[in-house]
Amino acid sequence: MQEKPGASTRALCRRCFAAAKGAWPAGVPRGLAVCAAVIVASCRPAGVMDPQGPVAAAEWLLMINATEIMLVVIVPVILLTLWVAWWYRASNERAGRDLDWRYQGSVEFVTWSIPALVVILLGGVTWIGSHQLDPATPLPGDRKPVRVDVVSLDWKWLFIYPDQGIATVNELVIPAATPVSFRLTSATVMNSFFVPQLGSQIYTMGGMTTRLNLMADKPGEYPGFSSNFSGDGFADMRFTVKSVASGDFDGWVAQARGAGKGLDDPAYGELTKPSSAVPPATYRSVAPNLFDRIVEQTARIPEKARAGNAWCPPAARAGG
Amino acid sequence: MLGTLSWDAIPLDQPLPLYAMGVVVLAIVAVLVLAAVKGWVPYLWNEWITSVDHKRIGAMYVLLGLVMLLRGFSDAIMMRSQQAIAIGNAQGYLPPDHYDQIFSAHGTIMIFFVAMPLVVGMMNFVVPLQLGVRDVAFPVLNSVSFWLTASGALLINASLVIGNFARTGWMNYPPLSELAFSPDAGVDYYLWSLQISGVGTLLAGINMVTTILKLRAPGMTYFRMPVFCWTALASNMLIIAAFPILTATFLMLLLDRYLGMHFFTNDAGGNQMMYANLFWVWGHPEVYILVLPAFGIYSEVVATFSRKGLFGYRSMVLATLAICVLSFMVWLHHFFTMGAGADVNTFFGIMSMIIAVPTGVKIFNWLFTMFHGRVVFEPPMLWSVGFMVTFVIGGMTGVLLAVPPVDFVVHNTVFLVAHFHNVIIGGVVFGMMAGYNYWFPKAFGFTLHAGWGKAAFWCWFIGFYLAFFPLYLLGLMGMPRRLQHIPDPSWAPLLWVAELGAIVILLGIVCQVVQLYVSIRTRAARRDLTGDPWNGRTLEWSTASPPPAYNFAVMPVVETVDAFWEMKQTGRHAARPDYAPIEVPRNTPTGVIIAFFAVMIGFCGIWHIWWLAILGLVAIVAAAAVFGWSEHRESEISAADIARIEDARPRVAT
Repeated sequence: MQEKPGASTRALCRRCFAAAKGAWPAGVPRGLAVCAAVIVASCRPAGVMDPQGPVAAAEWLLMINATEIMLVVIVPVILLTLWVAWWYRASNERAGRDLDWRYQGSVEFVTWSIPALVVILLGGVTWIGSHQLDPATPLPGDRKPVRVDVVSLDWKWLFIYPDQGIATVNELVIPAATPVSFRLTSATVMNSFFVPQLGSQIYTMGGMTTRLNLMADKPGEYPGFSSNFSGDGFADMRFTVKSVASGDFDGWVAQARGAGKGLDDPAYGELTKPSSAVPPATYRSVAPNLFDRIVEQTARIPEKARAGNAWCPPAARAGG
Repeated sequence: MLGTLSWDAIPLDQPLPLYAMGVVVLAIVAVLVLAAVKGWVPYLWNEWITSVDHKRIGAMYVLLGLVMLLRGFSDAIMMRSQQAIAIGNAQGYLPPDHYDQIFSAHGTIMIFFVAMPLVVGMMNFVVPLQLGVRDVAFPVLNSVSFWLTASGALLINASLVIGNFARTGWMNYPPLSELAFSPDAGVDYYLWSLQISGVGTLLAGINMVTTILKLRAPGMTYFRMPVFCWTALASNMLIIAAFPILTATFLMLLLDRYLGMHFFTNDAGGNQMMYANLFWVWGHPEVYILVLPAFGIYSEVVATFSRKGLFGYRSMVLATLAICVLSFMVWLHHFFTMGAGADVNTFFGIMSMIIAVPTGVKIFNWLFTMFHGRVVFEPPMLWSVGFMVTFVIGGMTGVLLAVPPVDFVVHNTVFLVAHFHNVIIGGVVFGMMAGYNYWFPKAFGFTLHAGWGKAAFWCWFIGFYLAFFPLYLLGLMGMPRRLQHIPDPSWAPLLWVAELGAIVILLGIVCQVVQLYVSIRTRAARRDLTGDPWNGRTLEWSTASPPPAYNFAVMPVVETVDAFWEMKQTGRHAARPDYAPIEVPRNTPTGVIIAFFAVMIGFCGIWHIWWLAILGLVAIVAAAAVFGWSEHRESEISAADIARIEDARPRVAT
């Protein structure tokens, strides 16, 4: 190694390092304070934090409860870690030392007990919550649920109302305070149907049906989207849930029945072609059994595949 | 003749990939020319490329991981920048076609070619030294394993230049990854490179488990092994159990794509849920394959820098093995939202939470190791304390995600992204950085610059919180992962903070590059003459830095945990022993030759050049056969040579 370049590099590095060190205490806390302010200011109730239905409200409450249970342990552990590391630093002459203390049964008992107790508590919460909030279980209540069949397409959402005989794209209109019972499938790759303010998401999968039950408490508009990546148009695969008063819902159905075109097989074929950022639309009528045929059709494309289809009918594989 | 390969595969019409490709190709050419001009080629070939020494191979694994970290991080900062500007109606600078490749490559590279090489490299370098032995059980296989991993890395990066990478996410879920929806070569790059590196990883796992079970210094019973060796044992048992599942799953997807089969297709009885199950039956243990050795590193570092034995050694071992077993019983929590019934979801939710018990025990035990200790804040210790603080937060959000109804509303959002970066950066990456700073002097004989190391830590630590805490909030506000552009302008400030965090992490990486450069330039002053720069406790510190080819001139005799600490206390190691000749394995190019043909097979598989792929397969069998029938596989270092090497090393009085 030549003497001179090495020395100058060293000097340069030392200067850089000193400069970095100098900038450290002055600029950094101010910058961090600004970032913290941005984070706090941005923390407004939205999405999951702003539930608008019983499922979402129960899930958000469960999340808050579980977080609180854990924070009871997590916060002291973090503070204790920082304090122990700082107090027992080598330069602290007041710290007591016992460099041979490496086992104590009572301490070990406590270290296993604390997380175990937390998990037992949370396990109970989980057992109850999972059974109460099972997406496939119909919501309690005396109102007859509205049935909606959901189909994910490239890259838009088709909502079929089998009882009303109408369909919509990228807009889901539901009556407020009435349970909605979904059947879901995909005419393309896997997607996930998710309306954060109403609660649980569920996957949509070709050749299979999943089930979901949600409800909106009040009239309002809530964003929904696919949360499972599905290809190039994924970012625009969004829809709006319009929750309307029950009377308005019947009016909307009547209006939808009287306008627009029908969703017959050719129109559905047109709809399956890939497109993104599709504006909302309604269909006055729907071809019979379209949803069931979508579930089956996706399992029927190549001619040679039919034999395989026979021994494994799609309906039998439905819904996990 | 050339299968599906044509000039169309070179992205001449897209400036951005072309630019990236130009930089990469130029960098590789520059390194090769520099090596040739400086006459380093024979040295590199004889001392490194053909080396079967576990220490050299371990160092090469770590180097591979660090270089790939730069690649994976470039992807990361490109994604953050895209999301920071493509807000509202803006589309940013990355079209979906390109953005989708970038997040797929980021995840794939970070897991398979950054985290895995770093973890496997640390184990490769450290475990034989800690066990007090002279090499791993199968030194040549070790070289084959490394070069197969490097082959996978090369192949995946070739997709920058020829063709394109997958646009399916790093999990590569079908049916999106099936031929019907991904007809280009991208998914094939993913599958072939991971198949090749997966074989390498499996062989490395077999090698390491055999080493730990069959080769240990005299007196080193299982319960005298350093905790890092225990975690390495658990991690490698998981590799042996989990990686064949991944290989079989990818093989099924390959059959779907190449032979028109229907394992995971929408039609003809294919079942995409099966892929999700199989992928995560590998994928969840993979998390522990990565994090258990990191836990081992923290255990070594916290004990060493608290000048105190690890608290609750047996608890730590028990916790490690409990995690090892439990990790195979939780895979369904990656898709609670697939529609399984409440009983199934509850079972997997509670099993996932139970993993928090042994993990919590570990945190407490590190805490009690520091308690009443004499804590020295060298860079490895900073990374460890930073880990303890960060990881408990990631653990908490992990337990939240394990509650199925909570998962229903945060799954697939950036809350999930924040969680797994919280545990993988805060757990695995911090651990690897601690290990890198801790064992670097052992590997190269001089310490790393502490000041730059601390600056790197603080940048990473602060940058991590800035980059990922906004994502927790954004996830709760309803932002799904993998968005090429942002529909809701009110998310912008949080995304800008996240971008700033990525830039601060970049500063941390710059500090690390500078740290390495400064340390190499000032190595004469930073020489570790004692072999024990940190006042260590385990056997790797009892030999010279860097250790001689044979690691230990005489096999150490182990009587306790923290064997070297006990030797220093009793003065048992100071006496000059009588040396006997040692057989060491000869270097062989078998590994690099097999890897060369593995790259050929992978590349030809991707582009359907079958005649050349078959030739490559024949060549691999031939290379293995030639090595199998070779006679002179070992050479002997004479007692006189050993005495000369050992006497040249300054002895430290204790």
